[in-house]
Amino acid sequence: MTSDRTLRDVVVTGLGATTPLGGDVPSTWDAALAGQSGARTLENDWAERYEIPVSFAATIKVKPEEVLPRPEIKRMDPSTQYAIIAAREAWADAGSPEVDGDRLGAVVSSGIGGIWTTLDGWDTLRERGARRMLPMTVPMLMPNSPAAYVSLEFGARAGAHALVSACASGAEAIGYGVDMIRAGRADVVVCGGTEATIHPMPMAAFAASRTLSLRNDDPQAASRPYDVDRDGFVVGEGAGIVVLESAEHAAARGARVYAKIAGVGLSADAYHITSPDPEGRGQVAAMRRAVEEAGITGRDVVHVNAHATSTKVGDITETRSIRALLGDDADHVLLSATKSMTGHLLGGAGALETIFTVKAVSERLAPPTINVANPDPELQVPLVRDEPAKLPGGDIAAVNNSFGFGGHNVALVVTNA
Amino acid sequence: MANTEQEILEGLAEIVAEETGLPTDAVALEKSFTDDLDIDSLSMMTIVTHAEDKFGVRIPDEEVKNLATVGDAVSFIAKAQA
Repeated sequence: MTSDRTLRDVVVTGLGATTPLGGDVPSTWDAALAGQSGARTLENDWAERYEIPVSFAATIKVKPEEVLPRPEIKRMDPSTQYAIIAAREAWADAGSPEVDGDRLGAVVSSGIGGIWTTLDGWDTLRERGARRMLPMTVPMLMPNSPAAYVSLEFGARAGAHALVSACASGAEAIGYGVDMIRAGRADVVVCGGTEATIHPMPMAAFAASRTLSLRNDDPQAASRPYDVDRDGFVVGEGAGIVVLESAEHAAARGARVYAKIAGVGLSADAYHITSPDPEGRGQVAAMRRAVEEAGITGRDVVHVNAHATSTKVGDITETRSIRALLGDDADHVLLSATKSMTGHLLGGAGALETIFTVKAVSERLAPPTINVANPDPELQVPLVRDEPAKLPGGDIAAVNNSFGFGGHNVALVVTNA
Repeated sequence: MANTEQEILEGLAEIVAEETGLPTDAVALEKSFTDDLDIDSLSMMTIVTHAEDKFGVRIPDEEVKNLATVGDAVSFIAKAQA
């Protein structure tokens, strides 16, 4: 796996997350390896009161109120709270690197932004008038708020960015972090994605688009990518953040390196606003670009963390795309669909799944896909079910796929350190 | 119903503590919002919004700049309630 590229190597030195499975990366990863589901029945009356056909979601396991001081809770939208919790963990996990702020970047995305703040503000205006609108409303609702707060937290002055591409946002943020380092604009970048949309309005809106699972009587079995009885995705929430560094910077300070982000592939379907191109051309192009940039071949790919949201059409289109790219090499790929456990973190998904992919490569262990009682006969790649599966030794590569409404495709290639 | 100045101070201290994370007993009459309590203009407006709500008064924007200390705010609210 060598190449004559002159691109700077980018490594992962810190991981942070708060998810439906746990309040940090170790607890989330352990729960994923154990095949636990983070989906649960909502403790509110939204379904009844608003006639929303879905009464469950993959809510965050550890509430921010248990972690953050009250003033931070008050001035940050939940999407920013999750990002800050994950970013602090990632930064500490990286050993709080000493870096000139002008060489430190922050890239944190959300698919939807501060929607709790937006809708609370609208409720306040209608019920109580403009005089009661809180002055912090705009900085709380703006979709760049998580990136801005992460930049403030660590003094990141090389740039603070918030790329938005729906459910591909978190992966695109990490891809942009890689690009910042490769372009020489930063040595260290704190990057990832976050989402906090378990509010009745977006729940009703997703339900209206007929993309959610309606398995109200058994939430933990609802997210079932590749199972013949899958009926839609489960809304999740949380954040995933990674610390990226140039390999030289990490080596100079003796940092522990989890893995490399060796390739970033981006494409757009330009086909339909919500449906993936059934030919998978955009998905294949993104994966091909990532593999080419990584300087590897299809044979090196041993694991794919699929986007696989548990929808009828999307899951199978993706496995066809993997098969189209890898051909016979797809026979030895171990495919994991971790949304079966976490639900769909939307703008946080691509970042959390990059963390899973990094952990899989560094620990040589592919996480399981739960709830696959009867695999879809059209599934074209070997699936890791129920129990984690060992990945081979030596030099290996894994791909994390993330696709978003709007036709956004992001593939990241992760290789061992 | 009008509050005593002590009640207003206590209520205001709760609002400031919630916004800044300072302990309520740090919010004393002689403290300056900007110099002692490190409250920026957005936080000040947030405190004003909550205080209006809590004490049932109107604190006009042009009045806020005259509220240099906690004592100024307590006096203003007491007068506005009277």
